[in-house]
Amino acid sequence: MNRIARTTAVASALALSLALAACGGGNESSADGVSGEVVTDGSSTVQPLTAAAGELFSEENSDVNVSVATSGTGGGFEKFCAGETSMSNASRPIKDEEKALCDENGVEFSELRVATDALTVVTSKENDFVQCLTTDELKTMWEPGAEGKVTTWKQVNSEFPDEKLELYGPGTDSGTFDYFTDEINGEEGASRSDYNASEDDNVIVKGVAGSPNALGYFGFTYFEENAETLKAVEVDSGEGCVGPSAEAAADGTYVPLSRPLFIYVNKNDYASKKQVAAFVDFYVEQNQPISEAAKFITLNDEQSTELEAALESLKS
Amino acid sequence: MTSIVTPRGPSAETAPSGPSPEHPLKRSQRRIGEGIAMTVLRAAAGLSVVITVGIFVSLLIPSISFFREINAWDFLTGTRWAPTFSDPDFGVFPLITGTMWTTLIGLLIAVPIGLGAAVFLSEYAHDRVRRIFKPILEILAGIPSVVYGYFALFFVAPVVLKDLLGIQVGTFSVLAAGIVLGIMIIPTVASLSEDSLSAVPQSLREGSYALGANTMRTTLRVVFPAAISGITASIVLALSRAVGETMIVALAAGTRAQVVTNPTDNGQTMTGFIAQTATGESSPGSLTYNTLFAVGLLLFVVTFVINVIAGIIVRRIREEY
Repeated sequence: MNRIARTTAVASALALSLALAACGGGNESSADGVSGEVVTDGSSTVQPLTAAAGELFSEENSDVNVSVATSGTGGGFEKFCAGETSMSNASRPIKDEEKALCDENGVEFSELRVATDALTVVTSKENDFVQCLTTDELKTMWEPGAEGKVTTWKQVNSEFPDEKLELYGPGTDSGTFDYFTDEINGEEGASRSDYNASEDDNVIVKGVAGSPNALGYFGFTYFEENAETLKAVEVDSGEGCVGPSAEAAADGTYVPLSRPLFIYVNKNDYASKKQVAAFVDFYVEQNQPISEAAKFITLNDEQSTELEAALESLKS
Repeated sequence: MTSIVTPRGPSAETAPSGPSPEHPLKRSQRRIGEGIAMTVLRAAAGLSVVITVGIFVSLLIPSISFFREINAWDFLTGTRWAPTFSDPDFGVFPLITGTMWTTLIGLLIAVPIGLGAAVFLSEYAHDRVRRIFKPILEILAGIPSVVYGYFALFFVAPVVLKDLLGIQVGTFSVLAAGIVLGIMIIPTVASLSEDSLSAVPQSLREGSYALGANTMRTTLRVVFPAAISGITASIVLALSRAVGETMIVALAAGTRAQVVTNPTDNGQTMTGFIAQTATGESSPGSLTYNTLFAVGLLLFVVTFVINVIAGIIVRRIREEY
């Protein structure tokens, strides 16, 4: 009796789970029947924008799954040029070596500038002694020679307290890292190595928010999203202290840390995979609303026209 | 009645239902079943060995390429770990200090609490209490390590350490990670120690009571020494787990590969480094890629050595009853 009861229970449980699985698959099919995967990877700065585009796109095309990984701009290009991804998110333009790798593997691509970023230097809201830093002070803090030597705030500026300097920043795979080191330290990739390095900007957010003596840098969106716990440091490159904002980035006063953000699209995948083409078209056509939704700095009219032209070249 | 055919007397008589035990067909059927069972079990055991050897070999091959470029002594003793930067250095000592600190703090938490719980459960607790306590302890063991990691990040560091105890820690610290690591290991220590304490024959305790000792004396002077090999084994197992734990330290200890001198600092462990770098850019065959395997090999060797030492200690001090 016991055995029969057990077998029936197991059998009915199996049947029930099969039925549920079968039922779960039946969504309303999308308007133009586009389905499949769009695989993207790359910059963690651009990730929120592409992810927002992916979500909005999936609302109208529920059979398409847009995946956005964050291996860093460099890591993204590695995979892109190996043909593993259809789109690469990048917070800096593609390097010559990466172009060469793409050529080697027969990957043709188009570069589309989709937004602007004001790279933001942040401290915790509890930090009460830093409002503005000059580019020289930033360089003192971050250059390779600072490693092991510049360990307190006082060494950066004698008016700052003699507290431990806790640094957080992106790792070497990050386009943000490349851009920051290029602009501040004068050479791309030149940086001290004794800081908390992570490609995941959320780690930097958490780290900086947790200590009044911490400083970090990442894309503007991450500051916007965490404005309750973080403070943006104004940057003075000789013309006075300017804080990061959409307007400052647009009118060119936030220097040297405003930069373009890109997506690179694999031409082959655009031509052969309908879902990739549909997604990229959506991304470009709805660029303004997507950027606003994701709290990114939107393109001005001139840049928008350039973007549309770039899309046309992709279709050719 | 003895038959002329069956050489194995008793087993023939215990054969399953059938007309006569010495029927030849029945015998060969039994032997095939036995043979199949043996083969399957041998395959299972063999597979585990093969997999272990396979893992070791797969760690070894890229590590050999790594050590062709980087001197092994510099690797082990160098104090700058910056494998991905433009002027790279491959001194793994900072990562070793990170692992050492988290492991040490973890053991400092897990061993006293775990042993205390074990002694309580086996010597002092009522049977009913025991039956409730032990499953709850097992629940601690069942919590996923990533949950522990977030527990360290969002509760232990800000609330327990900063607010309650007033210790100045940042978001990431070796201390927070170590504490939570210790909490995760408590069930390991407690469970195994409790098993070996319970395995001590009751006659020893009774002899001690008969001589007038109270429970605490009996536990410390009689039961504990008798169970010491099992307890050592449990501590060493906890040590292995602490060294190899990845998620908690990757989330809560930090990503700054520096020699850690102060537990309130952030640092990075060997496992944390592997977790962080493996998800990024590293083309197979490059030095960065091989670095991952070199650190993995180091971890493997460390854990292996710990286990071997544990085996030696356990065998030396085991008392057989």
